[in-house]
Amino acid sequence: MKASRIDDPAISRSPLAIQGLTVSYGQKPVVYSVDFITPPGSLTAIVGPNGAGKSTMLKAALGIKRRLSGEVLVYGEPYEQQSCHVAYVPQRNSVDWDFPATVLDVVVMGLFRDLRWWQLTRRHHRDMALECLCRVGMEAFAKRQIGQLSGGQQQRVFLARALAQSADLTILDEPFAGVDAATEKAIVEVLKSLKRQGKTLLCVHHDLSTVRDYFDHVLLLNVRRIAAGPVDKAFTEKTLQEAYGGRLSSLQLEQIVMPSATTQKV
Amino acid sequence: MDAWLRALTFSTGYNTSLVTLGAMLLGASAGMIGSFILLRKRSLVSDAISHATLPGLTVAFIVMALLFGDGRWLPGLMIGAGLSAAFGLWGVQHISERTRLGEDSAIGAILSTLFGLGVVLITVIQAMNTGGQAGLTGYLVGATAGMLAGEAQLIAACALLLLIAVFMLRREFLLVCFDAEYAATNGVRAQRVDMLMLLLLLAVTVIGLKVTGLILVVALTIIPPVTGRFWTDRPLRMVAIAAICGALAGYLGVTLSSVRTGLPTGPLIVLSAFFLFVLSLLFSPRRGMVAMLAAHYRFKTKVHLRQGLLALARQEAIYDALTLRVLRRHGFIRRDNVPTPLGLAAARDAEHEEQLWSLYRSLYPDEAAHLDHLGLEPISDCLPPDTVMSLESRMHPPLRSAL
Amino acid sequence: MADFLMLSLVPLVVAVIISLTCALLGNFLVLRRQSLIGDAISHVALPGIVASFLITGTLAASAMMVGAGVAALVTVAMIELIKHLGRVESSAAMGVAFTAIFALGVLMLEWNDASGVHLDVEHALYGNLESLIWFEGQHWLSLFDRQALADLPPQLARVTWVGLLVLAFVIVVWRPLVVGSFDPAFAASIQARPILTDLLLVVMVAITAIAAFEAVGSIIVIAMFICPAAAARLMTNHLGHQIAWSQAFALISAVLGYVLAGYGPGWIGVDASLSAAGMIASIAGLILLLACVFGPHRCRESSQAVSDA
Repeated sequence: MKASRIDDPAISRSPLAIQGLTVSYGQKPVVYSVDFITPPGSLTAIVGPNGAGKSTMLKAALGIKRRLSGEVLVYGEPYEQQSCHVAYVPQRNSVDWDFPATVLDVVVMGLFRDLRWWQLTRRHHRDMALECLCRVGMEAFAKRQIGQLSGGQQQRVFLARALAQSADLTILDEPFAGVDAATEKAIVEVLKSLKRQGKTLLCVHHDLSTVRDYFDHVLLLNVRRIAAGPVDKAFTEKTLQEAYGGRLSSLQLEQIVMPSATTQKV
Repeated sequence: MDAWLRALTFSTGYNTSLVTLGAMLLGASAGMIGSFILLRKRSLVSDAISHATLPGLTVAFIVMALLFGDGRWLPGLMIGAGLSAAFGLWGVQHISERTRLGEDSAIGAILSTLFGLGVVLITVIQAMNTGGQAGLTGYLVGATAGMLAGEAQLIAACALLLLIAVFMLRREFLLVCFDAEYAATNGVRAQRVDMLMLLLLLAVTVIGLKVTGLILVVALTIIPPVTGRFWTDRPLRMVAIAAICGALAGYLGVTLSSVRTGLPTGPLIVLSAFFLFVLSLLFSPRRGMVAMLAAHYRFKTKVHLRQGLLALARQEAIYDALTLRVLRRHGFIRRDNVPTPLGLAAARDAEHEEQLWSLYRSLYPDEAAHLDHLGLEPISDCLPPDTVMSLESRMHPPLRSAL
Repeated sequence: MADFLMLSLVPLVVAVIISLTCALLGNFLVLRRQSLIGDAISHVALPGIVASFLITGTLAASAMMVGAGVAALVTVAMIELIKHLGRVESSAAMGVAFTAIFALGVLMLEWNDASGVHLDVEHALYGNLESLIWFEGQHWLSLFDRQALADLPPQLARVTWVGLLVLAFVIVVWRPLVVGSFDPAFAASIQARPILTDLLLVVMVAITAIAAFEAVGSIIVIAMFICPAAAARLMTNHLGHQIAWSQAFALISAVLGYVLAGYGPGWIGVDASLSAAGMIASIAGLILLLACVFGPHRCRESSQAVSDA
């Protein structure tokens, strides 16, 4: 019976297939029975109001949080066996930036899997980390202590660390939260270039007005899965209304879904 | 047993009764002030304060021994202890505010170095060879046996004063604990109130030294508040429960120690408090372990049951072992995982229920956002009947027209 | 000189090894904001030892170590239990657990009147560094004499082994330890097993605390877990350098503290000696004080990063 499920090509080829995932704090489900199959090679936004369980869902998928029920498969296998295919960028404020480490040290952490305990960090490891820093425009800061960086720079360092992992699926938790416009642009460029290389990206996102510009797929979440699919199909006034309740005014809604507002009239 | 009963009813003489009363008042005031400290998430500050009393105690002892020949005068020792504890408190504040070190490091550093200094000073006293130095070690683990009536009276009186002070200041403390910035806009000087809170904590610690000893006095300011937290979510009620627990612990501890000579009071008070804590941890109906684990299990089963039934209704395969087990136990599927007629009926109901809820969510997104249970409960239990009726009718318009 | 060999060499070496070991682990405790776990564990060594004495009836080192180890594990389990199931904040959970177990230890001690057998609270707290006498150490050549070496106090060998064990642990687990200290969520995502590393770190802390406890008492252990590492943090922004600083500070505190306690009173003409453990802790605190006032990296780097966090 187990084999039949992995034979399902949509699941076995998907970088992250979530089925019936439920996570709860005490008696209150934060994520309830969510199914989502990430299309390979997509740049997907996970969108929903505050407390909708977006970050929690990702953490449960990565085994960081315990799940109440459900199953998560990476290319058809449990995450534990496939973690080398996945890079995770946690929320920037989840770590202590006062930690005594340089920017380069943090990026080298992305090479964790390549380094056994007896191996020292060699020049080519450092070069590789520097190259990743270049891609996010932070090479000048390599020797800087991480506490001296601005919020946007910290976020870029995190992205560079994920690049160093050279994973097929990159999961980002609110990479645009509290960053400056230049950083936002730089990050989007990196994400799009990764997508061009055929990588898959999954990204918790808050700013509804940029969803259309940045992403091609979307998962609308509010504890349950509200809608999922290509942005044109799933990101509509109706689904947004359902995800956000009355928290969006009709004017906001119109602006967000402008391009298709006329055709998708409910 | 008999001795304990007599002690419990305050009929073992004036001194013991006085000590019992003092310990109860001490427990109550420590519980009260400790609750605010717990709400500020700074419980272990009291650990630093209590260890920091040792150098003061020893210096006071040395000074008094040099001046009067005997260093065991309680008020003098308490003043010394208070001064060095204040220094320790200042050190913790200073290190955690002015440097990059966290409060935990500040507490640990102050606690260990000042205690180390105290130990050095104790060896100085031993080298001085004055009388009564054995009296000092009583402050490590507490000694109420052989306490003078005057000392017991002093402790009881101070504890009572503290109790009154904390009671009078409870609202200001609460405001600061809850939201220091908001308190500041309301004209409460947050920093001053915070300092006052810590000073009262310091006073409780110093008074408690003689009763429980400096290592265990921390317990009086932590365990009763944590116990209180299990029984209520309302802060002032928690403070009251903590005070009662503290008093009860003092009462039980002192009376138990009178059962046999040589039993230490401090550990017995702490263990009584801990006993109350364990009872609450296990059996509190709201946050107790038994209740929580049972509720979690019920909830988990419910989620799996609903997910399983929906999968049956949608004719999807089920893989989750727990889901299968739950369905089997309800008789909804056979041993070979084929749904029974009962199961199919239940699945249809669950699907219907789910559709009603999802209709409700799309029609009334605002109201739905305020509901906690998110559709695991039967809809007719959660919503007024007319709402359910209108949902039903919206779902089956053709049926209605046929009628 | 013979005096030094017989009376001072072993205590000094033991103090230095323990200080270095504690300071090494302390770096991670301070960075993870878990400093007080060392405090909690060293407090419960006494109850563990008392319990093992009551059960086995002996004061053999092995039985004591096992007892203290069990007590440490029980405490850690209790803290986790109270924290997760009772949803109590972690410092309060620690306070509840270690005070209760310590109280139980004191009660057992007094109840059974075991104080006659050289087990008492003061000894547990201050330790008795000065009692580690090497009777055969009468000449420098004794250092090369097999028989004389066999007479070394067993504590020396024990703390040396523990020191090597901790060193090996830090070297082998270095990367997971650093990654897990900085970013536990990321560590979990790359299968660096932050929870296992966490647990191993606590086990190492417990082993160190117990070995040290028996030789030097718990107060020096708490001081050495925190003060040198905390002072080192204020000296540099580089983890490797921080560890080097902490080792230097630990060495200075141990040597200076021991010498001051043993010979200090003699210098001012008083014939007495002070508690070496207490003095070592005091010196460590003094170093931290100096670092707080003069350390080049005593403040956080930028106010902006703090307000973000």
